[in-house]
Amino acid sequence: MKLEAKNLQCTRGDRELFSDLSFSLEKSQLMMLEGQNGSGKTTLLRALCGLYEPDEGEILWQGKSIKKLDEAYRRELFYLGHLNAIKPDLTVLENLRFNTLLAGDSVTDEALMQALGTIGLFAFEDFPASQLSQGQKRRVSLARLLVSKANLWILDEPFVALDIAAVELLQSIIAKHVEEGGMVILTTHQEVPLTRGKIKRLSLSGGSIKEQVGVNA
Amino acid sequence: MLSAFWLVLKRDLLLALRRRSEIFTVLFFFLVVISLFPLGVGTEDKTLKQIAPGVVWIAALLASTLALERLFSSDYVDGTLEQLALAPQSMSVMVLAKMVAHWLLTGLPLVLISPLVGLFYHLPSHSIGVMMMVLLIGTPILSMIGAIGAALTLGLRGGGVLVSLLVLPFYLPVMVYGSGAIATSMQQGLSLQPYFMVLGAFALLAIVFSPLATAAALRISLE
Repeated sequence: MKLEAKNLQCTRGDRELFSDLSFSLEKSQLMMLEGQNGSGKTTLLRALCGLYEPDEGEILWQGKSIKKLDEAYRRELFYLGHLNAIKPDLTVLENLRFNTLLAGDSVTDEALMQALGTIGLFAFEDFPASQLSQGQKRRVSLARLLVSKANLWILDEPFVALDIAAVELLQSIIAKHVEEGGMVILTTHQEVPLTRGKIKRLSLSGGSIKEQVGVNA
Repeated sequence: MLSAFWLVLKRDLLLALRRRSEIFTVLFFFLVVISLFPLGVGTEDKTLKQIAPGVVWIAALLASTLALERLFSSDYVDGTLEQLALAPQSMSVMVLAKMVAHWLLTGLPLVLISPLVGLFYHLPSHSIGVMMMVLLIGTPILSMIGAIGAALTLGLRGGGVLVSLLVLPFYLPVMVYGSGAIATSMQQGLSLQPYFMVLGAFALLAIVFSPLATAAALRISLE
């Protein structure tokens, strides 16, 4: 498994966000994307998902362009943006079930209930999502991580709106995925402690890439 | 592929059931427009028969555009559309499911209620049957063309008005042949076959091309 970005350039309007950006990510690696507000972190993540087409450069998965791979690439991908994709008119379980089935993961209701229990929403399954708090909605969309079979997780500010307990839980979920050989790219100001695997830091302001191995280098 | 179609269709219908008022808004709008005309132009038997084909179609076009803005906007706002675009299935299939849901919720009720319109306007029973048939073929085309417009104007300010301006001209051929068929059915000895064939051709074209065009427009809107 390998994700490569080659000479990416993205502009928003007349403003150039970044240019000549290259990096690669392999299995058991976590990439933290850093940069000021407006430096293009979200744009880069959306480009890596294929939602946004970079002006220049290409993104390769296993050596093949993600545009060509299309559905095959999207099967490997889990993306969570700023928006939770939660329908207020549906219940918690219905929301989770729709989003997991849509992502192509066929899971039983018991597995979904278990995921909800782990994420701290035990007994909330028949609750209308409109009555959840912001943090609880975030938890519902994060519960999908527990049942997802995707290898590459792209998470845009996943810790926003979560309380301390949920932040710790999410850190451990991400760490477990990386340790089991998965790949994660995220933007955050929160550290994710790893026991195994590699942390890469990509700073968008300078375009520099620092590599870290193991726990807290 | 089929599973994604059913998944999106079922969810859209479930959401609509939880918000029934939106279905009834379209239906009542249709009925109100239909019943305004006799009040305005008079209730003379001959006049009503003459205007009925046009009135039915104008009301159907307006009712269909009424719900178009909401077709993708709520999914766009809450991020579901991103997830649809990232799902490992063809987006066109899911878009087609949304069009079918839109038709089931706004087009099919109009078809079912149209005999009532026929009674309002003193149409002969034969023409009422023809009216139901052309609406059955024509309203899905309205949903499918409308979806392209809704996708193109997604996220724009004042998209609701814009989408009507954008799609109504494209509805014209459907209206012309649709109302033509009803008008012709009231005259003796004229064949209706050409009307049905042209409308059927429009429907087939729309089924093939509109999901592709809509999916492409949605991807642009998501950038």
